Parts: sequence; structure tokens; C-alpha cells
Amino acid sequence: MQQLTDEKKIWMEGKANEIRQSIIEMLVEAGSGHSAGPLGMADIFTALYFFILKHDPTNPMWEERDRLVLSNGHICPVYYATLAHAGYFPLNELKTLRKFGSRLQGHPHREYLKFLETSSGPLGAGLSQAVGMCLADRMDNGKYSPKQFYCLLSDGELDEGNTWEGVMLGAKEKLQNLTVIIDRNNIQIEGYTEDIMPLEPLRDKWESFNWHTQVIDGHNFEQIVGAIGEAQAVFDKPSVIMANTIPGKGVSFMERKYEWHGKPPTKEQGEEALKELRNNHA
Amino acid sequence: MLNQNLKLNTKLFDEDVEQIPIRRGFGEGLVLAADADKNVVGLCADLNESSQMYLFAKKYPLRFVQVGVAEQNLVTVASGMAAMGKIPFTSSYAMFSPGRNWEQIRTTIAYNDRPVKIIGSHAGVSVGSDGGTHQAIEDIALMRVLPNMIVLSPCDAIEAKKATIEAAKINKPVYIRLTREKTPLITTEETPFEIGKGEILFAPPMTAQVGIIATGALVHKAIIAAQNFSQKGISVKVLNISSVRPLDFEAIINLAKEAGAIVSVEEHQVVGGLGSAIAEVLVQNYPVPMELIGIHDKFGQSGTPAELIEYYGMGVSHIEKAVERVLNRKNDPTPSR
Repeated sequence: MQQLTDEKKIWMEGKANEIRQSIIEMLVEAGSGHSAGPLGMADIFTALYFFILKHDPTNPMWEERDRLVLSNGHICPVYYATLAHAGYFPLNELKTLRKFGSRLQGHPHREYLKFLETSSGPLGAGLSQAVGMCLADRMDNGKYSPKQFYCLLSDGELDEGNTWEGVMLGAKEKLQNLTVIIDRNNIQIEGYTEDIMPLEPLRDKWESFNWHTQVIDGHNFEQIVGAIGEAQAVFDKPSVIMANTIPGKGVSFMERKYEWHGKPPTKEQGEEALKELRNNHA
Repeated sequence: MLNQNLKLNTKLFDEDVEQIPIRRGFGEGLVLAADADKNVVGLCADLNESSQMYLFAKKYPLRFVQVGVAEQNLVTVASGMAAMGKIPFTSSYAMFSPGRNWEQIRTTIAYNDRPVKIIGSHAGVSVGSDGGTHQAIEDIALMRVLPNMIVLSPCDAIEAKKATIEAAKINKPVYIRLTREKTPLITTEETPFEIGKGEILFAPPMTAQVGIIATGALVHKAIIAAQNFSQKGISVKVLNISSVRPLDFEAIINLAKEAGAIVSVEEHQVVGGLGSAIAEVLVQNYPVPMELIGIHDKFGQSGTPAELIEYYGMGVSHIEKAVERVLNRKNDPTPSR
């Protein structure tokens, strides 16, 4: 990975803001969908697609690309918006989110958008798929394969047993090319994670499962890039980065409110949100 | 009256007919599939011996993944491997895979259209003494409802071997249903096998009066029943359906047209299984009287395989009674029951 310059960092902050605006516009147009998670993950998606990942929007199926599995498919507005901003498809296609005939299904489906690595939505199944991809690559290219494998998890889906089955296998197989990023935003659909099903001490859990663990501020580009660099330097262990994020980040009336997990802004709320985002950008 | 165009095992009516567990054919077939294609990999959930995947794991340890007692992981890891170009075979008991991990199979394999092969061993009540918790009698229903999924239910070990080799070649998700017990060999190495094709195994020289359509380990009993009828001058044909999905509509409709009465035979709940699949075809194309042999709305229990097959009404005598019932209904269509 190249060095993160101040110039690039400022550029990415601007890009993340544009992606947040796209998310608001998409959700208002769709009339349904998830708001808080996508806004909270905009910085991490920006860092991944505009700095970290080896990928080529003009050749999405490029064999040498890094693989990214989005396990918590419900935050797909940020996924779609980032892909569009990165050049995978035109920005105006974002307005088709959740509509009949759209490639942008309510939860990602690779039959409709062929270059997605997988379909997702039902929680808890993503990490195991990333583990499988990494295992398959190691069979072909050995443990020093240049490919990196990323899996994005929500904190809510750590309730799922399937997730921990993947955690165990990843550690057993010492998958050093696998990096998990947890969107630690502390909310899930019906409330705060620690009320619904406590996850803490979360870092200790992963540590004791033999993963290399880091905790970062998921809105700080230096920390995001630094943590990925450290994860890739780890030998014989998979890595997990617990990214503390603010659900609804950038739109003050949504921030930290679990009520915004699963609903879109109205037209008026959307205008208010866009105004705030544009002011922050200026 | 065996259809010798198919080069079937001529000893299949003998007392000392060779018997091999159907799952053994999978174990041998997987090694052959792996010899032929280096992308074939195997994953198992701590049932390597039972599912016979150990034959593959021994020969190709670097292409084998042991995931532990974790069937949800089994299929989702396999989906990821398929995404990288592998041809993953997963093995466990049918009760746990696809029993426990159905949604993962639906979303990450069928919905994704990934060519993962799901091997469910120990299907049916013939699992025996382990009891009802371990006897999958719902798995055909679970798998045949999924778009993209191919569902194979071989009738003997040789057919299971061929099904495994063909499953590796087809770029689609496949479920293969296997049973535990020794089962008489019906086919030979020379018998043709094609996904999506049913074959008439037993055909008396005259027009059929009843057609039996069977799948899996009970096909042998269906042939015995048909042979018994032929000795009484009643013509009963037996159609083997080893491919439940895609289903050979043409063979089923043709047999219904010829015989005018059908009996389905399967070691599975009659709800959602092969009998239901046949009924769906016939009711839309060529309705005829039909009887369904299988498990009727019950769970299994402990016992010997023979005791359980009898108790749940799937023995030769039950198949014969069903043939008589459906023949009566055909000859006297006024509902008297």
C-alpha cells in the first residue's frame, strides 16, 4: 500500500461526504432501506475503494483483484454508492435502488449485479464465505499469495452462530490474508447491542479465538489505513479490526439513534440531511 | 424383463445379490472426480468416515477441509471456495446438511448459483438404530424447492458413483441423497447415467397396467414387487428416477399414458418428495389414479432398517398393495373409499 498523504486524506474526506449525499438521495428516492449503517460506514468504504483495495472498475472480474465480502448486506446503499463513485456504473443508476427491474436489489444479489463477490442480507454467512475464498486461494497460490481478502461484518451479526464458526476456522487455518472489519456502531434493529445481546468484552473474545485484534476510530482515515497495514503485516493469523463508528454519521438528527437503523429519511428530512452534509463539505 | 438395453445387474433377483452401501459409491466417485479435475475439493463436518469422504481426504489431504461440527460453516465456506473457481463437495448427514443449514444453502449457494455439491448421507429411516433425530425424511422437499438446485437420489452404489462424477462436471449446485445401509446392486458400470433422465428398469413385454416410479434404495423393492406381479400375469413397469430435479417429465407422462395408473415409491415424506413431484407433473399434464408409498406424516424411530421399512409401510408387500389399490381405482373410477 502507498503512503497516505494529507492531500489524499482530505480528498477522501470529500469523497466520503459525496457518498453520504448519494446515500441520502438514494434512500429518499427508494422510500425504504437502511440509513444509519451506510452513513456510518462511508469512510471505511471510501478508504477501501479509493486507497486500499486492488481492483479495477473497468474490469470488475479482474482475476488478480482483492476480494471483499459484504456480510451485512443491508448496508448496501453505501456499497452501491461507493461502487458508482468508483466508476463501476453511472451515478444516476443509484436512483433505481430497491425498484423493480433494478440491478440494485434491496439486498445485494449477484445475479443482478454480476461483479458482486456474493449475495448477502441474511446475517452471519459472510465471514465463512471469505474464509472459503481465502482457503481456495491458498490452495492455488500458497500462504504468500498476493491477494487480500476482506470481510465486512456488522456488530449485530456477531449474535449469529455461523459467524463464530467462521471465526474458529479462520484461526485454525491461520489465514493471514484475511482481514475482517467490524462496524462497531453499537446498534441493531431493535435497540443497542449491549441491551439486545451483549457482545463485550468483544476484543477479548476475538483475541481468545486466536485472531490479531485492533480497535480503531472508523471515521479516521489514518487509523483505517494504518490498521489495514498492520493487519497485512501479521503472520499466521487472521486479523480483525473493530471500527468504532457513529451510526448515521454526518447527519446530526440520525447520529447514534437505533431508530434510524432500518428506515429512510422522508423527502424533507433528506433535504435537511443534504444541507448539513453540503455545509460540512464546504 | 429387466431392461437389458441398460445392462443391469442380472443377479439382482438372487438371494445372494451383491450389496454395497449407496454412500460408498459417493466415496469412490469423489476420488475419481478429483483425479479428473484438480479444482475438486472436499469439506466435511466431522463425518468423514460415515460419509465415505475419507477416501478422498486420504488421497488429497491438501484439498480437504475439516470444518468440525459446524454445518452452517460447511456450506458457506464451500460457497466461498466455489467463488474462487473450486468445485466443492460438502458432506454430512442429510439431517444436518441440508437439514440444519437450509437458509445458508438457499442464499449462498442456490441464490448465488455457486456449483457447490451438497452430499447428505444417512437419509431415510433405514439409518436404523440411531433413531428419528438422525433420519432425514424431509431433505428432498427442502432441496427440490430451490431454483438452480439439482437433486440426485441414486438407487445403488454404482449409480451414486456416476452421480458424483456427473455432479462434479456440471457447473450448478447439486444435492446428492445417500443412504447408510447395504443396498443390492441394480445397475452395472455399463449402465448409462444422465442427469435429468429417468430409465425404465423393469418392463414386462405387454402394455403396462400400472407404472411404479421409484427413487433411491427402495428401487430394488419396487422391481421385486413388479417381478412378483409379472409372475401373476399383471404387467407393472418400474421407472427409476435418480434425478428428482430436473425431473424427466416425458418419461413420467409417457408411463402414465401407457399404464393409466401410477405408484410412487420413496423413503421420504410423501409430502414434498418424489410422489409430490410426480403428482405435480401428472395433474397438469395427464392425471391418472396415483398411490404414494413413503412416510405419511410421522417421524422415524429406532429399530433395524428392515423393521422400520416395514413399520412405515415401504416394504415389498406395501408396494404390492398400493399397486392393487391403484389398479382397482383405474378399473372402477367411482370413488368407493
